[in-house]
Amino acid sequence: MPEMEEPKTSESQAQQITRRRFILGVIAGGAVVSAASYKILAPGGRGRTWGGERLITLNVNGKPRRVEAMKQETLAWTLRYKLGLTGTKLGCDRAECGSCTVLIDDVPYYSCSVLTNTVRGRKVVTIEGLAADDGKLHPVQQAVVDEQGFQCAFCMPGFVMSAVGYLKKNPNPTREEMAQGLSGNLCRCQDYTKILDAMMRGAETMRRA
Amino acid sequence: MAETEPVDVLKAENEKPRQFGTGYKLIGKDYPTNDLVAKVTGRAKYAEDFRAEGMLFCRLVLSPMPHARVKSIRAEKALAMPGVKAILTPAEVPGHADYINDNGTRIKADKWSELALADEPMYQGEPILAVAAVDELTCAEAIEKIEIEMEPLPFATDPLESLRPGSSNAREEGNVWVRPDSSRGPEKLAVLKWTEEDFAAEKEGRMPMGHAPDEWSYGDVDGGFKNAALVLDETFLTPDVSHQCLEPRTTMAYWQNGKLFLYTGTQSTFQTVAAIARWMHMDEDKIVFISEYTGGGFGSKITGALTLVIPALLSKKLNAPVMMRVSREEEHFIGRARPGIRARTKIGFAKDGRITAVDMFLVSDAGSYGSGGDGGSCGSIASLLYQPPAMRWRNVTMATNTPPRSAQSAPGGMQAIAIMEPILAKAARQLGVDQVALRRANCPEGKAEYGPPNREGRRAYVTSCFLKQALDLGAEQFKWRERVAQQPKRVGSKVRGLGVALSCFHGGSTGFDGLIVITPQGRVQIQSGIGNLGTEALIDVHRAAAEVLDVPWDACDIVWGDTSKHFPYTCASGGSQTVHAMTRAAHAVGLECVQRLKEVAAKTLGGQPDGYEVANLRVFRKGGGPGLSFAEAARQAIKLGGIYDGHDVNPDVNKATKQSVAALAGQGLVASAKDKYPHDGDSYSYLACFAEVETDVETGVYRIVDYLGYADVGTVLHPAALGGQILGRSTLGIGHAIGQKWVIDPQYGVTVAERFYQNKPPTILDVPVNMKWNALNIPDPETPVGARGCGEPPVGGGCASILNALSDALGDNIFQRAPVNADTILTSLEAGRPMQDPLIAHI
Repeated sequence: MPEMEEPKTSESQAQQITRRRFILGVIAGGAVVSAASYKILAPGGRGRTWGGERLITLNVNGKPRRVEAMKQETLAWTLRYKLGLTGTKLGCDRAECGSCTVLIDDVPYYSCSVLTNTVRGRKVVTIEGLAADDGKLHPVQQAVVDEQGFQCAFCMPGFVMSAVGYLKKNPNPTREEMAQGLSGNLCRCQDYTKILDAMMRGAETMRRA
Repeated sequence: MAETEPVDVLKAENEKPRQFGTGYKLIGKDYPTNDLVAKVTGRAKYAEDFRAEGMLFCRLVLSPMPHARVKSIRAEKALAMPGVKAILTPAEVPGHADYINDNGTRIKADKWSELALADEPMYQGEPILAVAAVDELTCAEAIEKIEIEMEPLPFATDPLESLRPGSSNAREEGNVWVRPDSSRGPEKLAVLKWTEEDFAAEKEGRMPMGHAPDEWSYGDVDGGFKNAALVLDETFLTPDVSHQCLEPRTTMAYWQNGKLFLYTGTQSTFQTVAAIARWMHMDEDKIVFISEYTGGGFGSKITGALTLVIPALLSKKLNAPVMMRVSREEEHFIGRARPGIRARTKIGFAKDGRITAVDMFLVSDAGSYGSGGDGGSCGSIASLLYQPPAMRWRNVTMATNTPPRSAQSAPGGMQAIAIMEPILAKAARQLGVDQVALRRANCPEGKAEYGPPNREGRRAYVTSCFLKQALDLGAEQFKWRERVAQQPKRVGSKVRGLGVALSCFHGGSTGFDGLIVITPQGRVQIQSGIGNLGTEALIDVHRAAAEVLDVPWDACDIVWGDTSKHFPYTCASGGSQTVHAMTRAAHAVGLECVQRLKEVAAKTLGGQPDGYEVANLRVFRKGGGPGLSFAEAARQAIKLGGIYDGHDVNPDVNKATKQSVAALAGQGLVASAKDKYPHDGDSYSYLACFAEVETDVETGVYRIVDYLGYADVGTVLHPAALGGQILGRSTLGIGHAIGQKWVIDPQYGVTVAERFYQNKPPTILDVPVNMKWNALNIPDPETPVGARGCGEPPVGGGCASILNALSDALGDNIFQRAPVNADTILTSLEAGRPMQDPLIAHI
């Protein structure tokens, strides 16, 4: 917050709060109001040059993708705003909800909390990269369609990527194990039973293939 | 059909459940909805996924104080920065104005209502300024350079504290909302303070009760208590819970040729246009609204969100597209929440558990804007769901300097059930009556009455209620008796508990329109103005039209998500009305289509329309003979013009539908119709909810072992989607029982729980891996398809069945407020009484 004068408080005020006491309270309460929660930078020099933007090559969905990334840039942002892969969602931008989950070398990661320059030379797979080139859905995707899994589906890409990643580690999970595997993802429609139905069906299809 | 069966002779107990889909080709069957592949491949576009050439970004500046006056804003330094384009101040936001609603009624401007930016912020986190720049980091840097002078004002965050003598009020004008003539007219703010004597009950741990501006009653309340075998008088507090939609209310806007193009999430594609027009002070026909997918609403995005005007205004000012992304913290403040209600409830019971009287006293927290504290709905749902023969309801709706509330899934209903059910559970234990039997004794049935009598002395009543069957069949499926008999309840430190709860909420409205185009390609193109929340009502309701037209589902195309594609007059998806309202409209337009097809065939091939029938994408002479394919009929309709291709319009439909028909005219056989089916009672849906928990008395930790929601929602339209609704909204309710709440520092009025990790919705590990649902599938007799909504009805039962299972395991001295966490259990078990104060807000 900008500097303010000591406020004039009215006589009728039951609890007189000075600015200093107020700010102490804010600090004590852990509340900080500022604009610094999401920050997106303009691509390609429309804005200021923030420095440190380097041309790097990423392997995304099996293809080399050249992109200018800043050193503090998150993978979620590079994917969404530079590579046009908007299937990866941002629900919190702080590793709480899992909507931005992608696979990095077959392991699920929150892409909001991975710096782009750390994934050079590694294989990144997003929801857009799961289906075959001919459009045939991945068994986990197909199972979601078959089970009418999810409602609003904002969390769906993250859940699907977590499930695909988890099944690489444990191809034959129990329902409880699958729930553990998906526990880093939040669904606010809370359609968890149907999500588990879909993921277990996907796992079974993969085992039979 | 409603008109063939006199509704007043409905014998609820004679109705039997039936298999889903009985008698239908499409209704009651599972199928993959048209939007699933786009969702699962990441191609589905939510607001933040759209881009426009030259798109700028904007960011909000939020008030750091719970109540203050912005005295000056100095932005010269910020505006001089490279890349900074503009600021938007409260003075630039259109103010309060009168508007005309759907029915042509003028609604007077409400001076108390919220605007997108405030010069007198009423809560910490309220937007006071926006900055647009080439990117968000530039916005953030600019914000640091803006000087804002603010004068702190008195504030109140705890509604009960604000009733204490000498306490501060949320606004200069007062602290309590009052209705000038008890039920009608706009609410006004007034000052209400109770006396020290009123607060005396507080010392005994009971909620004090002073003057309450709202009151109704029916029956002999005093007599009911006098004749009761048991009277319980309980204090309980329900939590304030944020909606926490996973998609924040991000918005992108641009202007083209004087038209505003706006992209954001909503619970109604159709109705959001009128809201934008109202908030922007512009004509509806200058607005194109795009909302293909919405990442959750739960009542908080019924017509989008007020803050959508910010990028719209900045975009106009700058003549460039503007994206406003909303962060998770901002979403906590502007994203709406359910009002917490503190209640003192006295219930009298006969020996068999039948309720003799209810006296309910509520103090609800409407937050910083509006008078919607849910108290009214809380009273009427309690009177419907438990059918007390006598009831008094008193209510105080308080204004506080806390984030704004709005409807959240089952507004008031959820609180009513969470308040009533623990008392019923306690009564059953004290009377030695089985929990299911006690609910059965108080269960509504048939055309049950509810609420107070109106001016003519008549009470409102519902269309139908078969909840007793749901309760009986649910108890059977859950193996209630076997579980109750199972011994021992305690093994080591683990104690099992069983809970049952009744649940209900609104389930439908009437009077909307349907609109179908049969194209010259022979496709059935259905125009859907419903918001896409993923409940699939957007698509499911149109199965009723396809069923009437007797066409295969894969011949139907659903058009949705963009108002430039022309939609009929459509309900908002709030109040669980969509399935009921829009299956009626779909049914009506399906029949209209059939009639017009027959007329086109008769005009083309001779004979009378009645001599034709429609099936399998053809209209043909009864008993065989010549006919037309839908493609041929559409081409004939275009040739015939007039009512057949939309150049004339069905006079019954709403003005908005007429405009859409005119826009689609000439594109095929264009049919529109209004839902004019008779409807006598009010539509509600019901559930019986069952839960088992296992608590560890050494740690206080508990887990939900099993859950079943058994629904009476009329005809089941789409089983998989219904299952998602029943279990999803049950879990939303469970969140209120097991952990969700606000925490606000009372000294400074600032929030300390604003992110998911501080106020976590239930995760996949918080609920059983195999929750179960079922439904009676008994059609509602007052609607053609028989289907009602089920978004909200499960919420209260989800919460209360867990609370009841906990008190079954641990006794009645554990909690007087929800949520109940491990600390609540451990400390209360040790002390032998509830250790969390039932009256202090936001702890």
